[in-house]
Amino acid sequence: MEPFTQHTGVAAPLDRADVDTDQIIPKQFLKRVERTGYGQYLFWDWRMTPEGKERPDFVLNQTPYAGASILVTRDNFGCGSSREHAAWALRDYGIRAVLAPSFADIFRENADQNGIAALELAPEDIAVLLERAEREAPLRLTVDAELGTVSDADGVVARFQLDDFRRTCLTKGLDRIGLTLQHVDEIDSYERKRWPALAR
Amino acid sequence: MSQRNGGSGPRTLVEKIWERNLVRAGDGEPDLMYVDLHLVHEVTSPQAFEGLVLAGRKVRRPDLTFATVDHNVPTTDRSLPILDQLSKRQLDVLEENAERFGIRLLDIDDPRQGIVHVIGPELGLTRPGMIIVCGDSHTSTHGAFGALAFGIGTSEVEHVLATQCISQRRPRSMELLLEGTPPAGITAKDLILAVIGQIGVSGGGGHVVEYRGEAIRALSMEERMTICNMSIEAGARAGMISPDQTTLDYMRGRELGPSDDELDVLAPEWRRLATDDEAKFDRTVRIDVSALEPQVTWGTNPGMVVPVSGVVPDPRSFEDAAAREGAERALAYMGLQAGVPIESIEIDRVFIGSCTNGRIGDLREAARIVEGRKVHPRVHAMVVPGSTSVKRQAEAEGLDRVFKEAGFEWREAGCSMCLGMNPDILSPGERCASTSNRNFEGRQGRGGRTHLVSPVMAAAAAVHGHFTDPRGLA
Repeated sequence: MEPFTQHTGVAAPLDRADVDTDQIIPKQFLKRVERTGYGQYLFWDWRMTPEGKERPDFVLNQTPYAGASILVTRDNFGCGSSREHAAWALRDYGIRAVLAPSFADIFRENADQNGIAALELAPEDIAVLLERAEREAPLRLTVDAELGTVSDADGVVARFQLDDFRRTCLTKGLDRIGLTLQHVDEIDSYERKRWPALAR
Repeated sequence: MSQRNGGSGPRTLVEKIWERNLVRAGDGEPDLMYVDLHLVHEVTSPQAFEGLVLAGRKVRRPDLTFATVDHNVPTTDRSLPILDQLSKRQLDVLEENAERFGIRLLDIDDPRQGIVHVIGPELGLTRPGMIIVCGDSHTSTHGAFGALAFGIGTSEVEHVLATQCISQRRPRSMELLLEGTPPAGITAKDLILAVIGQIGVSGGGGHVVEYRGEAIRALSMEERMTICNMSIEAGARAGMISPDQTTLDYMRGRELGPSDDELDVLAPEWRRLATDDEAKFDRTVRIDVSALEPQVTWGTNPGMVVPVSGVVPDPRSFEDAAAREGAERALAYMGLQAGVPIESIEIDRVFIGSCTNGRIGDLREAARIVEGRKVHPRVHAMVVPGSTSVKRQAEAEGLDRVFKEAGFEWREAGCSMCLGMNPDILSPGERCASTSNRNFEGRQGRGGRTHLVSPVMAAAAAVHGHFTDPRGLA
């Protein structure tokens, strides 16, 4: 997994609560058997007309947000379906960090697994950033996972907490299966206790 | 459950399962938990198997892994070839992976095929005390048996395939106490929609919910599955119900479940899993269900719900600015005006099925309303049984004839129009009374408008062409 330590990019405001993964990537794009190539379908119904033209009213289609890599949004981002395709689509599109007051549990885990920094900021900070991302577009922010800070050109504008485990996984890009397999002896011993006859 | 209770004090169901399945205490890191049952389907697994192949890893416990096809499969005549080549490829890839890694697969032609959350319980794979995971958010369904069951992403699917473990922080626990006896004719779907309406779509975030109270005890296993199924729609990590006699009775005689002799041994163990009387939850929410009415969603998430006798709410009635804007957007998408009576909303389509409401009890209840009546001429209605076994059972009882004579389509089993990955979708602007679990924008087809309801409400709407209290029809 690609590590996430620090990232600087343009912030796009998506001023909605409860953005579900069906919006992030609709079902018709879940039929592929690969992990890549989903970016073109990100926010499909919001981003494109039924005829396949870009909708000028959607934030990511607007000139100041071209190439935006930080999404600022409201509560409960990524709710609904567990589809990791949502994280793959965001990453493939070029989104490296999502800032919100809260995330749905499964989405946060999927983001972690794909080197997307899903960071919880105080609701007041989100409100300010949503407003600034629109008024000062293109607003460039720097997200630092080690320091737990979001900064603009003048300095720190918000702080966030990451527990040690998440921060280490994110900043080192750790392979979670590899991490678990370091404890394979303990898995073996658990299995021997529960299934004494199990050959291993 | 943030504090760890010792082995002797009163404990909740989830604490007991945690202790039983703990492989390694994380000490600041997430705990490593053993997975008893890993359910796999065609849409969220191909990349996980590919990851195993690339890393040269095996499936650690193929005997605890079980696959079926449900999301993508056509519900029309199965003797015909599958037209959608991408869907066909996902089904083929799952078959290849099952073969390669030695995993049991119930394929499209198997008489036991069906929605993964319908067949797990009906085959007896789902058991109390288990940790069950699947790359699908409605895995919470299995919590009805007193299992800790939750949805995971594809990277975690790969992790479980490779290690049979999942890395998890101890969740907080929430007691959802339903108080009072619901009026006659109130279904499990009405109960859970009302719960989500009350606590909101993120109200269960970070928590495992245990549903409790006499109203829950009185429910059948199928009804309990409907309740637990929609836990994720309240943002909960999982939903569960302590095992009791109803649970044990259901477990008897299941094809892949324990034998009667095994059950005699297991029954006391399973009973002991139930939350102890004095056990503490991190949070308790009480909901009075004694005056509950049948529920209908009006918006674009499952928490946007009102009683059938109610009206579409005015966005200005929401205090929170984000909720107000959300309601305005929802009304625009749904093509509805504030103040419109729910019973006056006319529908075009009816979908009865899904892992929420595609079981035999759901079809029996809906058929009771439909019998001797006709589907409204404007409405296109269909029934998609949750599994091939449910379909066969319904046909043995003559329910298929009841539906067909009324003008319903009678389909093969699968997820179908709940998420519209197969050809069963709404056209733009079409309004659907659906027994499924999500009314998100475009969920059932781009521009489609979904109202979540119980099977009896869906049946009543099919007959009348608009919502109506089904209790007047039975």
